[in-house]
Amino acid sequence: MLAALIIVFREVFEAGLIVGIVLAVTRSVPGRNRWIAGGVVAGVLGACVVAAFAGAISRLFAGMGQELFNAAILAVAVVMLTWHNVWMARHGAELAGELRAAGQAVVEGKKSLLALAVVVGVAVLREGSEVVLFLSGVLATEADTAWSVASGGVLGLALGAAVCLLTYFGLLRIPARALFATTTVLIALLAAGMAAQAAAFLERANWLTALDNVVWDSGWLLSDSSLAGRALHTLIGYTDQPTAMQLAVYVAILLITFALMRLVGAPVRTA
Amino acid sequence: MPAALKLPRTLLFALAVGVLATGAQAQQATEIQLSYKDKKFDPPEVSAPANTPIVIKLKNLDAKAMEFESRTLKVEKVVAGGSDAVINVRAQKPGRYEFFDEYNEKIARGALVVK
Repeated sequence: MLAALIIVFREVFEAGLIVGIVLAVTRSVPGRNRWIAGGVVAGVLGACVVAAFAGAISRLFAGMGQELFNAAILAVAVVMLTWHNVWMARHGAELAGELRAAGQAVVEGKKSLLALAVVVGVAVLREGSEVVLFLSGVLATEADTAWSVASGGVLGLALGAAVCLLTYFGLLRIPARALFATTTVLIALLAAGMAAQAAAFLERANWLTALDNVVWDSGWLLSDSSLAGRALHTLIGYTDQPTAMQLAVYVAILLITFALMRLVGAPVRTA
Repeated sequence: MPAALKLPRTLLFALAVGVLATGAQAQQATEIQLSYKDKKFDPPEVSAPANTPIVIKLKNLDAKAMEFESRTLKVEKVVAGGSDAVINVRAQKPGRYEFFDEYNEKIARGALVVK
């Protein structure tokens, strides 16, 4: 039971962190619960589909289907997160201004919610498919231990939900004025980390072989398979053996995000 | 909303450039055959020369899925029941690198010895 709990928790941990951040980012947007719940439900359904076709996905692209699939959905999440940040740079002030032009803000807010719902869906999908494969495998072949494994799985899921709530309420403790700046930085780092992870998947598929030298090894200091390492991996894309390409992609996404935020966000002051 | 349309395109472009920048094919890789049945790797220990890329061809002969993982080799791959998988490992320094089935971490273990 403990083994099942650990396996399931390890998988849902990352999704929990991401959902917590998205909840905090959208705290003042009306109707956000429906959108985020929709993202989670779509993610769970998607995870079941991906699990059902795991073998077929793997066989695509000369056996590299899984890596390319992961890279592609991470890229979708990166685009959505970056788009959200740029959108907020332009419209954040309107949203914060609450009643003033509230009707317009609600309509516009939906677009940003959709982007974040996609991010939530993708996070749940990626982690969830492994949980589905693990649990369905055990339930189908080991009837004697099924109950204990299932209860371990449920506890693991509950712990993942606890991570989500802790992240959410932790972020809400930040004063409202500082919260916007904090979440902007969090989202930018999240996107950069996901982009570097996508690069890592392309490297594993041998689709990306340029700059594939490992720049440093900080595994002695903080292994990225420890709990703290995994948290940092999700939040800021920490990895203990990054390649030059992963670092380049990471920095490029941060530069692109902040450049676009400046370009697009500027006119709002005169409005 | 032109700004919204422009952004994904910029990012996609950046990604495309990254993919196209892919250099020449990796140097000659060492191929390793591995099978997995009843929560055991066969052979339980494999070896490969140092400083050359390694390709692990894994056959999961069990009916259920397993997840091939090695923390030290930085690989992680789900292998559906009764199917094969190809796992690319970058060139490694000499040493002993353990791998395992994440779904049965305690018992289903093996190692790659790089010499």
